[in-house]
Amino acid sequence: MDAEAIRRALRRIAHEIIEQNADLKSVVLAGIPLRGVEISRRLSEFIREVAKIEIETGTIDVAMHRDDVGTRAELPMVHASKLPLPLENRTVIIVDDVLFTGRTARAAMDAISDFGRPARIQLAALVDRGHRELPIRADYVGKNLPTATKEQIQVRLQQVDQEPDGVWLFKE
Amino acid sequence: MNWKRKDLLGLRELSAEEINFILETADAFKQVGTREIKKVPALRGKTLINFFVEPSTRTRTSFELAAQRLSADIVNISASTSSLTKGETLKDTARNLEALHADILVLRHPSAGAPQFLAQRLKSSVINAGDGAHEHPTQGLLDIYTIREKRGKIAGLNVAIVGDILFSRVARSNIFGLTKLGAKVTLVGPSTLVPREFEKLGVSVSHKIDDVLRKTDVVNLLRIQHERQRKEYFPGIGEYTTLFGLTKERAKLLKPDCLVMHPGPINRGVEIDSEVADGMQSVILDQVTNGLAVRMAVLYLCGGIST
Repeated sequence: MDAEAIRRALRRIAHEIIEQNADLKSVVLAGIPLRGVEISRRLSEFIREVAKIEIETGTIDVAMHRDDVGTRAELPMVHASKLPLPLENRTVIIVDDVLFTGRTARAAMDAISDFGRPARIQLAALVDRGHRELPIRADYVGKNLPTATKEQIQVRLQQVDQEPDGVWLFKE
Repeated sequence: MNWKRKDLLGLRELSAEEINFILETADAFKQVGTREIKKVPALRGKTLINFFVEPSTRTRTSFELAAQRLSADIVNISASTSSLTKGETLKDTARNLEALHADILVLRHPSAGAPQFLAQRLKSSVINAGDGAHEHPTQGLLDIYTIREKRGKIAGLNVAIVGDILFSRVARSNIFGLTKLGAKVTLVGPSTLVPREFEKLGVSVSHKIDDVLRKTDVVNLLRIQHERQRKEYFPGIGEYTTLFGLTKERAKLLKPDCLVMHPGPINRGVEIDSEVADGMQSVILDQVTNGLAVRMAVLYLCGGIST
């Protein structure tokens, strides 16, 4: 996917979010660092353009909620989570760049419930590459990319990676 | 970078990048304290042993609460309840703890180097909670975290550490950490307790507190440890307060935005007057709060990697 394809995909997700949430003001976009946060920001811009509504965004870090503790030889940075509170009666949409096993999404749901009890939790991903290991599906998908397990998907976003927008598929 | 160490023994062996990594991780864990549910499953299923061969309430409680917030299981062992009193060696005690599948050992010990000794022999993570007059890395980190939080940076700040530097592990950890991050550290105290030797660590030494107080951005007062003082080093409590105590009058010399710190427990009226300890410039209780976040970060990082 190039920059234009990413733009179109996110724009479409924004439209779907608007269609499926009658009460847009109750929606919170919760990005998973790092790229999910940037995608949330872009989605909120599209939603502002189309629906003229400023929706709230936040950050939900999943590192503390992962289920593979003690199995990795090195640990990446944990980022602070920040959500507009309270979450009661709100719809929280988890936003990530790639949906793969579903374990990150599960961890994000656990993390969100530590902040309160939203009315609904939904999931948005720029790319769904399949291979789920948990009973999880996305409510909004930018592009379905069937992959082999060995292949790698890499998302690049200008604001995060200082590289042009793009989604890359690496065989091997 | 990613985190790769199983042990935290001191700040001397850490790079500036590693220290910053811990501080940023602590930011994330500080946020956990503001959630409705203040507990995360990060160390679920891990067992932590708080092994304190020297008395401590504050540090032990802070580690215990940090471990609980990370969902680890915790056992507290103090010197009086351990078999050390029955003549068991430190190594045997530790090997027994490991045989119980303890994943993380938090050790406070009167001998410098005890945590390192165990870290080299055990698969478990070893966290130094103070060893003799050597290091107290989590105290150093929480002091640095607090300065960074209040002033937004460390590099270029003037930090004065006042008191019994010679026997202080808190001072050593602060010196190593602060100098790595670019602060200008000045040690202040009687010449018997602050020998010029320390200049080799890249810090200044002064025996005149008033001159230092006028210029410093942070003053960290160490506790005068009556129980450890020996006559030949120490002038006497009254004389110490007169010469080096941060009295109400002396506090007027401080810059308005200077931070007043103390690792606790405070001897009110000895190294610091009550009015100053409870005053506007004091961040002593912030240090306690931040200690919890810093210890959560350290336990998560060292205890969370596979060994």
